[in-house]
Amino acid sequence: MPYAVETRDLTRVFAGKKKHWWRKPKPNEEESRGPVTALDGVSLQIHEGELFGLLGPNGAGKTTLIKILATLLLPTSGMAFVAGNDVTKDPFPIRQRINMVSGGETSGYGLLTTRENIWMFSQFYGVPSKVSKARIDELMHAFGLWDKRDAKVRLISSGQRQKMNMIRGFVTEPDILFLDEPTLGLDVNAARTIREYVMNWVRGQSGKTVLLTTHYMAEADEMCDRIAIIDKGKILACDTPENLKRMIHTQTTFRLEVDPLQDTSTFQRMDGVVNFSLRDDASKNRTELTFILENEAPVAEILSAITAQGAKVHALRKTEPTLEDVFISMVGRGFE
Amino acid sequence: MTAAVARRSDLRFRIGLNLRSIVGRAYPRVIGANREPSWIFFEAVLPLLSIAAYVFIYRTIALNQVAANPVDAPRILANMNALVASVVLGGAMVAFWLNVLWSMASQLYWEKEIGNLQLYMMAPMNRMALLGGMAVGGMFMTSVRAVSTLVAGVVVFGVVFQVANPLMLLAVFFVTLVALYGLGMFFASLYLLWGREAWNLSALMEEPIFFSSGFYFPLGGLYQSGGWGSAVAVLGSIIPAGLGLDALRQLTLGETAFGGKFWVLSAPVELEILVVLAVGFLILARYALAYLETLAKREGKLTSRHQ
Ligand SMILES: Nc1ncnc2c1ncn2[C@@H]1O[C@H](COP(=O)(O)OP(=O)(O)OP(=O)(O)O)[C@@H](O)[C@H]1O
Ligand SMILES: [Mg+2]
Repeated sequence: MPYAVETRDLTRVFAGKKKHWWRKPKPNEEESRGPVTALDGVSLQIHEGELFGLLGPNGAGKTTLIKILATLLLPTSGMAFVAGNDVTKDPFPIRQRINMVSGGETSGYGLLTTRENIWMFSQFYGVPSKVSKARIDELMHAFGLWDKRDAKVRLISSGQRQKMNMIRGFVTEPDILFLDEPTLGLDVNAARTIREYVMNWVRGQSGKTVLLTTHYMAEADEMCDRIAIIDKGKILACDTPENLKRMIHTQTTFRLEVDPLQDTSTFQRMDGVVNFSLRDDASKNRTELTFILENEAPVAEILSAITAQGAKVHALRKTEPTLEDVFISMVGRGFE
Repeated sequence: MTAAVARRSDLRFRIGLNLRSIVGRAYPRVIGANREPSWIFFEAVLPLLSIAAYVFIYRTIALNQVAANPVDAPRILANMNALVASVVLGGAMVAFWLNVLWSMASQLYWEKEIGNLQLYMMAPMNRMALLGGMAVGGMFMTSVRAVSTLVAGVVVFGVVFQVANPLMLLAVFFVTLVALYGLGMFFASLYLLWGREAWNLSALMEEPIFFSSGFYFPLGGLYQSGGWGSAVAVLGSIIPAGLGLDALRQLTLGETAFGGKFWVLSAPVELEILVVLAVGFLILARYALAYLETLAKREGKLTSRHQ
C-alpha cells in the first residue's frame, strides 16, 4: 500500500527579489533579497490512518511543505507523493482526495452566509448539493456553529470563521487533510472542539490521514501519533511524542527565572550543559532560562555564574521533559 | 485497514464536477446582486449620469441645427435620436466592460489576497470552470445593471429603438458577451503572475477604451476620421465591445441611421468576426491559464505570502 504522503529529498528554494534598475534597494533589503531555502532535503513517510504532526518555529518550512503536497507549489528538486500520486505530474487524483485548512484563513465571500460559503467550496469537488447540505448541517452541529448557519460571513467572529473553515475541510470527505495551524489564535474551548473533532475523525474511521502543523507543543503532544521536528527546512527528528521525549530522558531539564543577564556565553562552555535557551519576559523584566543538562552536576556552577554577574535568581525548577525541551536540546533555542 | 474511498474520474463525473463548479462560483455574484439593494441603486443610477452628459450635448447641438435650418428638422431629429440611442446602448455595455476589467481581470489578484485562490487551485475542478463561473455570474450581475440603464434610457431620454431582426440581435449580444468575457478570462490569467502591476493596467485601460471602442458615439465615425483616429478605432475593435456595439446599433436603429455612413462593417460580418474573437479569446485564456498556473506554482506566486 502506498504511503498517504511520501517525500524524497524534497527541496524548495524561493528566489530572492529581482533587482530592478528603477528601484533603489531599501537599507535592510540587501540581506533579505537572497534566495531562501524553505525546505532542504526533506524525506518523510506518513502512513494511511496516521495523525502526523509537523512541529517547528516560524519560518521552518511547514507551510511550504503543505503547499507542495496540496499541489499549489512545485518542488525545486526531489519528489513528493500524495496517495501514491506524484504532485508535479498527476495532481487531479490528489486534489480529489485532499483538503486543506489554515489557521487565520479569511477565505470565502462576506456577503454569503456560512452555510452558503461551505456549500460553494464543496461544489468545486463535485459534491451533489443535497449531500453537501446534509453534511454541512451535521458538521455545524458538531462544531457548535449551528446558530450561525445563516449569518453572513463578514459578521461572524474569527473563531466562528475558523470553525466554518474546518467544516469546509471536512465537507468534501477527504482522505488526507492538511491542517496548517488550525487552532491559531482560538480560545481554549474552540481549540479543544477542533482538536477533539480531528482526533475522532482520524481514529474513529479507517483510511483517514491528517497532516497537522503547529507550533503549540502541547497540541502536537496531545494529538499526534508521530511528530517531525522541523527547523530551517530540515527534519531534525521524527518519532512518536513519547520516543522524542525519551531521547532526552537521560537528560535533565531545569528552568530558571533570573534578572536580565549581560553575558550568557559562559553557559555554552560548561561541562554537562547539552544546550540552553533564553526568553526575555519584558513585563516582569526577567529572563527565563531553560537548561538541558546531562545530569544535575552543573547546576551549582550555573547558579554561581549568574550571581557573579550580580543578577538574582527568582525561581529554579526541575521539569519533566517536554517536546520543546527536545527542540532546545537539538538546536539551542526555544520556539518563541 | 480498508482502502480509502474510491474516487470517480470518468467523463460523466468530470462534466458534473465542472458544471457544479460553474454554478458554485457564479452563485456569490448572482446572490450578491440581490443581497445588497444599495448596489443596484448605484449601479443603475450612476451610469445614467455620464450618459446624461452626452445626451445633453447631442441634444443642444441638434436643437441649434434645427433653429438654423427648420426645413431639415425631421432628418436632424432622427439623427439626434440615433446618437442618443447609441449613447444609451454604449452606457449599457460600459457596465459589461467595467465588469470584465474589475471583476474578471483583476478578480484573481483579489482572490489571492483574501486566500480564496489557493482553495480554488487546490480543488479538482477545471480551471476554466472557475473562470467560467466568474464570467457567468458577472454577466448575470451586470445584465441587471445594463437592463436598468436601457430602461432608464427609454423612459428618461425617450429613445426610440426599431428592432427588425430580434434573433440576430440576440445572437450578436450573446456572442459579444462571450467574446468580452473570454477576453476577461484571458486577462485574469495574466493577473496570476502580475498582481499589482496588472491592477494598474486595468485602471489604465478603463477610459481610453471608452473612446477607442466607441462607447459613447458610433465607432464608424472614428474609423473614417483617417490617420491616428482610424488606427485607434481598429485597435478598439479588438476589444469585442467595439464591433459588438456597432452591430447592436445597426440592429436597433436600422442600417439607414446616420444616413448609413457611420458603420464599421455590416452586422453579419461583424457577427462573424465576433465569433472568431470569442473562440480565439477562450482558447487563449485556456492556454495562458495553464501556462501561467505552472509558472506561478514554480515561482511561488499562486498563494499570497502571508498565508
Ligand atoms: N512565496 C514565497 N516567496 C519567497 N519566500 C517564501 C515564500 N513562501 C515562504 N517563503 C520563505 O520560506 C521560509 C519558510 O516559510 P514557511 O511559510 O514555510 O514557514 P512556516 O514553518 O510555515 O512558518 P510559520 O510558523 O511562520 O507559519 C520562510 O523563510 C519564508 O520567508
Ligand atoms: Mg506557516
